[in-house]
Amino acid sequence: MQLVYFAWVKERIGKSEEEMHLPGDVRTVDELIDHLISINDIYRAALNDKAAIRVAINQTHVGLDHPVTDADEVAFFPPVTGG
Amino acid sequence: MASISVQETDFDIAAEIATLKGDRTDMGAIVTFTGTVRDIAGDLQAMTLEHYPGMTEKEIARVAEEAEKRWSLVECRVIHRYGKLLPGDNIVLVITMSAHRHAAFEAADFLMDFLKSRAPFWKLEETNKGGQWVDAKESDADALKRWEQLQ
Repeated sequence: MQLVYFAWVKERIGKSEEEMHLPGDVRTVDELIDHLISINDIYRAALNDKAAIRVAINQTHVGLDHPVTDADEVAFFPPVTGG
Repeated sequence: MASISVQETDFDIAAEIATLKGDRTDMGAIVTFTGTVRDIAGDLQAMTLEHYPGMTEKEIARVAEEAEKRWSLVECRVIHRYGKLLPGDNIVLVITMSAHRHAAFEAADFLMDFLKSRAPFWKLEETNKGGQWVDAKESDADALKRWEQLQ
């Protein structure tokens, strides 16, 4: 699984992307966030406030209940502010 | 099919209209919207726009496709810049062309509302106090609701 981060999520995690193996018991975006938060305080600081985080899988916006697989590109970022 | 560019460089509005229009005469209305870097407090040094290459183009294309389904547009063009911009600089350009004005006006309005909530851009404002990510506005989310009501 490829993880990518943008804006303050990227700043808090300290990198823009990384490869990670998806644990077998993680099936949804919500569970993936819980898994990342459990790794250490850096992920916790970036992702703990789920209401402030938006997610895209394979470059399409998705909700927290969306399934994830090990082949996905999963992006975490704050609500967008373009235009 | 909308024409979409995500680019670091500035755009020339008149040249973009001329290119899009070409020698076509099957339109009676051309609407353009330009978004620029705002500095109301007077302390903005720069604004850096970060984006998600690949997804940005796809999301803008999805929004443009939706606009083309809803309104009869002759042409549609979206340019969105990224990178470091200064107060007053151009950020975004939307051009819609249609036979009659209402379609062009409404489609341009719709495109901007949806770009703001869907296109993966993030604004970092730099002042003498440091850098600050711009928060998404509740009013931008509310702006989408009126299109749902109209549907």
